[in-house]
Formats: sequence, C-alpha cells, structure tokens
Amino acid sequence: MSRLLKFNIFRYNPEDAQSEPHMQEFVLEETDSMTLFIALNRIREEHDPSLQFDFCCRAGICGSCGMVINGRPGLACHTKTKDLPGEITLLPLPVFKLVGDLSVDTGSWFRDMYTKTESWIHTNKEFDPTALEERMDNKQAVEIYELERCVECGCCISACGTARLREDFMGAAALNRVARFLIDPRDQRSEHDYYEIIGSDMGIFGCMGLLACEDVCPKHLPLQNQLGFLRRKMGITSLKRIFKK
Amino acid sequence: MQTIYTDFLVVGAGLAGERAAVEAADAGFSAICLSLVPARRSHSSAAQGGMQASLGNSVMGEGDCPDVHFADTVKGSDWGCDQEVARLFADAAPIEMRRLAHWGVPWNRVVPGKSIYYKGGKQFEKIEAEDKEGLIMARSFGGTAKWRTCYTSDGTGHAVMCTMDNRCAQMGVEVHDKTEAIALLQDGETCYGVVARCLRTGELLIYLSKATMIAAGGFGRIYPNTTNAVICDGGAHTMCVDTGVVPMGNMEAVQFHPTGIVPTDILVTEGCRGDGGTLLDVDEKRFMDVYEPEKAELASRDVVSRWMTYHMREGHGVKSSYGEHLWLDIRHLGEEHITGKLREVYEICTSFLGINPIHQLIPVRPTQHYSMGGIRTNKDGAAYGLKGLFSAGEAACWDMHGFNRLGGNSLAETVVAGGIIGRKIAEYLQGCETEFKTSLINDEVKKQQARIDALINCTNGSENVYKVRKAMQDALHKGANIFRTQEGLETCVASLQDTLIRAKNVGLRSDGRGVNPELASALKLEGQVKMALMVAYGALQRTESRGSHNREDFTARNDRDWLSRTLAYWKNEGDTLPTLEYEPATVAVEIPPGDRGYGHSEIISADDKKE
Ligand SMILES: Cc1cc2nc3c(=O)[nH]c(=O)nc-3n(C[C@H](O)[C@H](O)[C@H](O)COP(=O)(O)OP(=O)(O)OC[C@H]3O[C@@H](n4cnc5c(N)ncnc54)[C@H](O)[C@@H]3O)c2cc1C
Ligand code: SF4
Ligand code: SF4
Ligand code: FES
Repeated sequence: MSRLLKFNIFRYNPEDAQSEPHMQEFVLEETDSMTLFIALNRIREEHDPSLQFDFCCRAGICGSCGMVINGRPGLACHTKTKDLPGEITLLPLPVFKLVGDLSVDTGSWFRDMYTKTESWIHTNKEFDPTALEERMDNKQAVEIYELERCVECGCCISACGTARLREDFMGAAALNRVARFLIDPRDQRSEHDYYEIIGSDMGIFGCMGLLACEDVCPKHLPLQNQLGFLRRKMGITSLKRIFKK
Repeated sequence: MQTIYTDFLVVGAGLAGERAAVEAADAGFSAICLSLVPARRSHSSAAQGGMQASLGNSVMGEGDCPDVHFADTVKGSDWGCDQEVARLFADAAPIEMRRLAHWGVPWNRVVPGKSIYYKGGKQFEKIEAEDKEGLIMARSFGGTAKWRTCYTSDGTGHAVMCTMDNRCAQMGVEVHDKTEAIALLQDGETCYGVVARCLRTGELLIYLSKATMIAAGGFGRIYPNTTNAVICDGGAHTMCVDTGVVPMGNMEAVQFHPTGIVPTDILVTEGCRGDGGTLLDVDEKRFMDVYEPEKAELASRDVVSRWMTYHMREGHGVKSSYGEHLWLDIRHLGEEHITGKLREVYEICTSFLGINPIHQLIPVRPTQHYSMGGIRTNKDGAAYGLKGLFSAGEAACWDMHGFNRLGGNSLAETVVAGGIIGRKIAEYLQGCETEFKTSLINDEVKKQQARIDALINCTNGSENVYKVRKAMQDALHKGANIFRTQEGLETCVASLQDTLIRAKNVGLRSDGRGVNPELASALKLEGQVKMALMVAYGALQRTESRGSHNREDFTARNDRDWLSRTLAYWKNEGDTLPTLEYEPATVAVEIPPGDRGYGHSEIISADDKKE
C-alpha cells in the first residue's frame, strides 16, 4: 500500500469578495514517480476544479511553476513526492503579486526588469544580410549562454531578504542579466552606463551577500560569482567617478 | 469592458509570433502579442536540439547550401509539402540565423582543430578549418545530408526566445501575457481582432486590429501523451474552426517521437539511440533488431515508434500505473558518456523519475510530438477564408513540412516564416483602412458572455470538463495513433461524435469566478473535439501511407490519388463531421516525387494516372 499524502495548500481568490486567505487540506494516494505536477493536476481534476497554479513545460525548462514547497522556493514540476514527507505544504512565492492560490504574476515583474536593465544588445552596427556573421570566440559564446540559462522562475527573488524588505531591489536575476550583457562583446555599453543601472542600493550595493539566491536557483546559476564580479566592477567604477569629480 | 487597439495583433508570443511582430514594428506599426504565459515560457524555449540553416561552416557541413537543405526538406515531407514554400524557407534560413547572431543569440562557434564525435556508437575524428574559426557551428540531426543544425549548447530554443523577446522589448512590441484569445471578431469575410479573457482577473477584453496573426504553436494536448507543454492545447485553432470559413490543412499529419519518458512524456533525445542505446521489453529483451535487422533502434522516428507500439500490442509492454511502456537501456554506455554527452538525459532521469540511468532502465513510450497540420495559409502566410487573418509557426500549415517534419526544421521555420510573413503583413498594413462595426463587436462579446454564463449555470448540462476531455484524448489515442486502420478510425470517429455531444453539455462544478481554470478548459473543449474529428476523419479518408500517416490497410504511398493536401472545415454549427476538401500538395515542382531513401518504399506512382 502506497503512502497517503496530505497536502496543505494556500487558497485565496482575490477576484472573489467572499474569499479569505486560508489553508486547505487535500489527501491523495501516492503513485510511482509522482511529481507535484501530477499531484496538483489530480487535485484539480478530482477534488477542486477551481484550484489555481501554473505549469507550462512540466519539464523544468520554462520556470512557470515556482512555489514555496515545505518552506523552500522551488520548481513544482521537478519536485518528486517521494523526496518529501507525507505532509506537504504549498504556498505561492512571496514578493510577486498574487493572482490566486498558488499562482503569482512573475511576468509583469520580469517585464519591468527588462525595461530597467534595458535587456537587449546596445549597438550602432546595422545588420547586413549579405555579409557573413561576425566572428565570436566559442568560449565567450558558452560563457554568455551560461548566464542566459535563467528561466525567470523568481525563486531567487522570493528567497532574498533584501527583495522582501524593499520593493525596488532588483534581485539576483536582474543583476545576473546585467552581467550577461556586460560580458557580451556585441554590447557597446560602457561600465559607466551599467553603473547608472545598478550602481545603487536598488542594485548591486543593496545585496547582503547571504547566498540564499544561489541556494534555491533550480538552474544552478553561479549567482554568487556574478554578484561578486559586479560588486568589484561597480566598486571600481564608483571610485573612478569620485576621483573624476 | 476594455477595448485595446493595435495595427497588428498576434495571438502567441512564441518565436513565430514575436518574430513577425518585430518585422511590423520595424516598419513603424504598433504590435501586440497575446500569450497565455510570459513570452519566454512559450514552448519555443523547450527546444534543445537546434535549428537548421545551410551555413556550411563546420567541416561536416562542407558543400551544404540551400539546394541540399531544400531537397532534404521535400524528401522529409514525403512529397507532401508546398515546394515553393520549402524553397523560400531554405533560401532565407542562413540569413535569419545570422540576424539572430546580430541580435544577441550566443550560437556555439567553430573551434578549429581536431575533435572527436560518435556515430552509431563508434568514435570518429574530425578537423575543423582554421579559416572558419568563430563562425556559427552546426551539429548533426536525423534526415539531413550535412551537419546543418545551429545550436547554443543544449538550450537553443531558450536562448533564441530570450533574444527575440529582448528584441521585442527594444522595439516596443507589447506582450500581454496571461491573456487568452477565445474568439475571432469577424464577419465571414474580414478579421478585425479577437475577444480575449484576462487570466489575471477573468474579465473579457476586446482587441481590435487591422491584421491578426495566429502563432499559437501546436495542439499536442488533444492527445493524452505528448511532449508538448500544457498550453499547447489548440485553443487558438478552435477560434478559426468556429468561423466555418477558415480551413485546417493536413490535420491527419501528426508526428510521434519514440522516446517520451513515462509518466510525464518529457522528451529524451534521439541521441540515446544514436549513441548506441537499445530498447527492451517487459522481459528486458531487445526487439527492434528482430523487426528491423538492419537499422534496429536507428531506423527513422516513425518506424521505431510503429514497432514499439506493435510490440506492446503483442503483449510485451511493461505495465505501470500510467499505462504500458517499454525500456530504454543506456547503461552500457557508461558513466562518463552518460554524464557527459547525455547530460541532459541524465538530468531528466534524476530530476523527474528519480532513477539513475547509469544503473537503471528508463521507462519510455512513443508520444505525440509535433503538429504538421494547422491553419492553412498561402505562401504569404495569409489564412484561407478571411481577409486580415494570418498564421505562422507550428500553428500554421504554411506548408513546408508536408507529412513529416525534420528535426531542427521547425524552430528554424518559426523565425524564417515569422520574418517573411511579418514583411508581407507590413505591406498589407501599408495603406490598409478598416472600419470596426460596433454591432459586430457587441454581438460577439454577448455571445461569449452567454457561453460563459451557460457553463457556470450548467444550462446545457453538467458533463465534467476533465472527463469529456479524457474521452476525447483516449479516442484519439486508440484510433488515430501511430498505426491506423479503417476499423480503428471508424470507431474513433464514432466515439468522438459522441464526445462532441457530451462537450456541448459541459457544465462547471466550481463557481467560475475570477481566473477559474476549469472555465478556461471548458471554453475550448468543444472546439478541441472538432479538431480531433478533423484528425480522425481526415485519416480515415486518406487511404495511403505518407510520412507520419500510416495506414496498415493501405501501406503504399499513393501519389496517383493522394498527392494532395486535406482541407478540413466545420461549415455548420450543427454538423457532426468536418467537411473535407482537397488541393494539390504543391503547384511548383522542383523535385518530382521519388524514393526518400528510408522508411517504406512501396509507391504508387503519379504517372499511373494517365493510363
Ligand atoms: C520537447 C520539444 C523539443 C523540441 N525540439 C525542437 C528542436 O530541437 N528543433 C526544432 O526545430 N524544433 C523542436 N521542437 C518543435 C518546436 O519547438 C516548435 O514547433 C516551435 O517552437 C513552435 O513555435 P511557435 O512560435 O509556433 O509556438 P510556441 O513557441 O509554442 O508559442 C505559442 C504561443 O502562443 C500562445 N498561445 C497559445 N494559445 C493562445 C491563446 N488562445 N491566446 C493567447 N495566446 C495563446 C502561447 O502562450 C505561446 O506564447 C520541439 C518541440 C518540443 C515539444
Ligand atoms: S546574495 Fe544578494 S541577491 Fe542573493 S539573496 Fe542575498 S541579498 Fe538577495
Ligand atoms: S536566477 Fe535562477 S532562481 Fe533566479 S529566476 Fe533565474 S533561474 Fe530562477
Ligand atoms: S512547468 Fe516549466 S519549469 Fe515547471
């Protein structure tokens, strides 16, 4: 006989005036290779069709399904029930705006981040369809890709003490994004341009360096290295600015 | 109710939709993409393999050019494609890959010198040329004569999607995510935009536009087992089906992949078999070498899927709480190989199955993977039947894939088609004047509100959304799968007709308030069943085997009678079957039908017609 799993799930529908935030209990029998994706869909189809949660790829690549699983932000689709105790508590990610139950609005947060960091290549070169591609060192291409692997799940933001304290803190995902463009030779922005974006308490100087972000990142991005790298770069830029004045 | 106006409205913010929007924005028009999820979560980002373009930079791609790419594509399609479109595609693909590099895609690049690669489990050596250093690299893929697949490590789709979405942000293309289009605004002649449902609040929204594009991806979720994301449910296709005037092309052409993992049907790469992995049955015995003594596990995708299904039907499948499956064995490849070259597979097995493929078998089964069929368009991407309506990407039947698409050709299609069609739309918008009739808009919104109310109040009945959906999926799984027969398809059609009646009688169990996911599923269900009928009925009528469409009772590819594309319409609301029409597969013929060089070789020649 397999285990009976007890789920405590956060419920609240902001679109329903009668709804109050509360926890609701559901019981399911565990099956082989069960993931939270399978479990939550079964709860919705067999117990409560109004339950809100987000999945898309269900394969750990799109970042839709971030939630707080027994106290820790993570991706629900690649969390196996057999790695969890018989009682499982699921809460929506903090920091992001709640859509309902376990669903939060990461889309607006990240779109805002692209605007702030101007998350695109800044160049005055025109594309010439008749020319060969510009050459690039393969090592450099791989390094850029390593930073671009972020799936924007929001786990690092939710785990971050600073982000919880101040709404305007950019968070590890945004700083990592800046690092991605900073090392891209195609981007012509100078270090001073980047300083304008992240050289403040909302950016790199607001980070307390406590590592929570890297610990929870499901893609294992080297967030600490990037934060350190930016802090050094921006520290130097900041000194240069002082001496220039 | 909010009304939002834009020149160009795209339903879908995957690669195809965003690429087209960028083109329109570049020409000075306003563009909005709607999406169920933030753009970067679109299924395009799930593609790992890469995208085909005949750059010919790698030594293994030497001599490659658009002509070779074109020929591979036409053969791959089993001569079911539109050759004019395949030509447009092959010619433009190299330029698009370079453009992506300019916009920021970190393509892997050529590293000169000696390196090792594997083929059929054996080790080989190659030497990349010095003068190609730093140009875009390519890897090998099935069905291609040359190494032609451009890639970024193991996350091509993700990297290209990020770059495209960045480009959209830069160009001022708006993405309205968590917004679901549920009906087209149209008068039987022209399309004026859509009615959408906000997935943050549940309210209805009106989007008005001069040109509208459907770039909503595939519809794999009408099958129970699929590698597709849960949002690939054909909801946007159903809006077109509902018009009665926009046909779906080649809906019976559905691609299955041999190795989706059980239970969740996540894809593990063909590379497993390419590198020497084997398939085992319930007795842990190999079987592919019995059915295909020559190629065994390395036969083409459709062939392997067919034998796996056959073997399970013969009673050799492994039973599990998620249905029957077989085993994929890569243990003999060793730890170094598995955690190195097959890192991806290793991670999928450990994170999703909790098994270690170095010591354990991987449960796999053939799984729905790609929708060759979709909204039928001409070569400019304009949908048949409605002015101002366009389609691109997996949602469309543009039709460069015919009855089978090659790996790496679909991701490339999204950006190439998005570019070509985006430019055509910009031309269309130039000097385009439209009048929006308020009565038409009001009527459509009222109609949608009435549908929602009826579902909430169980006016038409109280059939359970999820049970009806399952009935549809099971019918397709049983009857319109890898193997097809007249009997199986007839049973499938009949049971889908019953399911259609049930779908009309759905009523919600929850209160339908706010975002309500049950309502979202219910709104598209009837349309999905109609699409399932288009698949099954189209397959029943097509008495031949071509590409992925495989009839056990008609094993030959019949060019004499079936060198044609199926067009499926749902003409009247009360119909219980789609209306099928046919058109020639291609008007331009650069390569006359011949042997593909793999798969079945029985062909009834088109030349027999004259006698
Ligand atoms: C696991 C997997 C791996 C693959 N690997 C490869 C590969 O290596 N190479 C290759 O060439 N191909 C590959 N493919 C195929 C390829 O990835 C897809 O065909 C392609 O990405 C589809 O892109 P698209 O732009 O057409 O649609 P998608 O990227 O699927 O985007 C669809 C968009 O439409 C939106 N949408 C849908 N319905 C609605 C609605 N009703 N209202 C509003 N918005 C809506 C979605 O939110 C999304 O933004 C793979 C496919 C899968 C499933
Ligand atoms: S290291 Fe910085 S960004 Fe990361 S969690 Fe701590 S404060 Fe937040
Ligand atoms: S950096 Fe990691 S945790 Fe943060 S959003 Fe990206 S993938 Fe998620
Ligand atoms: S659903 Fe895509 S990461 Fe979990």
